[in-house]
Amino acid sequence: MVRTTGLEYEYNASTQFRFPDIDLADFENLIILGESGIGKTTFLHLLAGLLTAKSGKILINNKDITRLNTRELDHFRGNNIGFVFQRAYFVKSLTLIENLLLLQYLAGIKSDRKKIATVLDNLGIKDKGHKKAYRLSQGEQQRASIALAIINDPKVILADEPTSSLDDKNCHNVASLLKSQAKQTGANLVVITHDQRLKSQFKNHLQL
Amino acid sequence: MNLFKLTWKNILARPLSTLLSLILIMLGVGLITFVLYMKQDFENQMYKNIKGIDMVVGAKGSPLQLILSAVFHIDAPTGNIKLKEAEKLRKNRFVKYAIPLSYGDSYNGYRIVGTDTAYSQLYNARLQAGSFRKSGFDVNLGATVAKNLNLQIGDKFSGSHGLVEGGEAHDENQYKVAGIFEPSNTVLDQLILTDLQSVWEVHGHAADEAHEDEAHEDEDEERKHEEHKNQEHKDGGHTNGGGDGLNHVSPDLEITAMLIKFRSPMGVVQLPRWVNAETNMQAAVPSYELQRLVSLMGVGIDTINSVAVVIMIVAGISVFISLFNSLKERQPELALMRSYGASRNQLAITILLEGLLISFLGYVMGLLLSKLGLTVAAHFFPQGLTLQRQALSFTTPELYLLVIVLTIGATASLIPVLQAIRLNISQTLSKL
Repeated sequence: MVRTTGLEYEYNASTQFRFPDIDLADFENLIILGESGIGKTTFLHLLAGLLTAKSGKILINNKDITRLNTRELDHFRGNNIGFVFQRAYFVKSLTLIENLLLLQYLAGIKSDRKKIATVLDNLGIKDKGHKKAYRLSQGEQQRASIALAIINDPKVILADEPTSSLDDKNCHNVASLLKSQAKQTGANLVVITHDQRLKSQFKNHLQL
Repeated sequence: MNLFKLTWKNILARPLSTLLSLILIMLGVGLITFVLYMKQDFENQMYKNIKGIDMVVGAKGSPLQLILSAVFHIDAPTGNIKLKEAEKLRKNRFVKYAIPLSYGDSYNGYRIVGTDTAYSQLYNARLQAGSFRKSGFDVNLGATVAKNLNLQIGDKFSGSHGLVEGGEAHDENQYKVAGIFEPSNTVLDQLILTDLQSVWEVHGHAADEAHEDEAHEDEDEERKHEEHKNQEHKDGGHTNGGGDGLNHVSPDLEITAMLIKFRSPMGVVQLPRWVNAETNMQAAVPSYELQRLVSLMGVGIDTINSVAVVIMIVAGISVFISLFNSLKERQPELALMRSYGASRNQLAITILLEGLLISFLGYVMGLLLSKLGLTVAAHFFPQGLTLQRQALSFTTPELYLLVIVLTIGATASLIPVLQAIRLNISQTLSKL
């Protein structure tokens, strides 16, 4: 579950954001739509604990992450949050499988190659595991970044413009993959986008 | 996967800049240790060889040359001195013992030295085969000589004139191998020892009485009327076994040099001065001449070390630039790692580890390089001096150097580490 109350963020005196409260039960997804510069990414980074709110509460699985210190937040993220960004990021020197092993290591989970194989298989990129992740095609990269997002069974998957650089076909694929994988892992999926193509795929909308 | 593996992969991901850093550190470390090893080995070897020799008496000339020829056998002799005159020193109250040396011939590049038994005792020589020489033409071989020339007990050979190969052979007088010394890591390994008498005989058209007196004591040798070979070397008119009457005319026997050990430190204060002022001979003090030699080398060593220090600084800069550039490129992936649970410390450790690992690898390669250099250099070293470093040693200087190299690596990583710690995850991830 994800719940926010009275969330406010301030870059400086002239750039301040106040976000509407959200309340997602388990397995519920949410799409947040809005134009650029309206604070969508800021909201997402607040949810991930990458930014510290000026005021308000963020409850994820009944834990108020605004009360955690830096190290606790790092740890919390590693175990509970999955990310999908507009552009896929990988550790460049590592293969896709090594990237996934690294995330398991960073989250303090024992290396589990079997699970990695299953996840890659589910995403249809089983044969790409030994390639350098950044050498994959763009569609494959987006699937690979979903693999990164779900490998540690997060409670929440946060997706920041996951489809805006993809064509219609890939856009549809990625969206349904995200939804099915979130469902499989039992995670809440929160997508922020200005991509109107996604609107129809989600039941819960929030317009910023 | 762990941070060490990640670091390793990151280093391998930039092979060229890693290679550049490695080569620079390797060169710096290699140069410094090579010079250090050379100096240590050289000095060890030198001082080992002058143990038990407080003064060398020989013909007038360069004192350094006298030491290099009479003690280390790597230079030509300064000339000859009268045995009678040299023997007078033996009776001086400051002198503990005196060892006469007579040389000038060689066999396949190894010097044949006529001396008495005290010479091999000086280096605590023990036999690995055979026995100590008894009759005039018996020889004892240094370990290296026996090994390299593949000589066995009982083998016979004739020496040739001069100290380099290809001299005129003294075929009519054949030496016989009586014994072979154990390796002593001193100049003895490179020498062929025989009796003074036989050296005189080879060159001096042995008079009958000399033959009869072959086994006599050193004191008896003074009486023998025989021309010493080194006189002939100097004259350049040596004819072996010929009837050159001039050689017979010479009233006194000659030797090339005499090694002297003092009873007390007072000897070194008085005797060398006395010999140089009052006799036709020259006295040189090995420890003093060596000190001079080493301080002369010191200038060269300092120069090479300065070059090495500059290389090390450049190496540090290279590690820094390599890390700094890669870090700029890697900011998104560092942000990715942070967002997936990596702490600031973990990022800092990976980057620091990169700097340290490259430095350490360069250090190891540098040690290997200098070891290789020593092996090569040993082949070019003059005979009589051997470099004694069988394995990579790891003593205090190497440890200091390791600390210095790692400090350079850590310093070079400092700014990149701070960058990683200060990384703003949110900002980096929203930049597109």
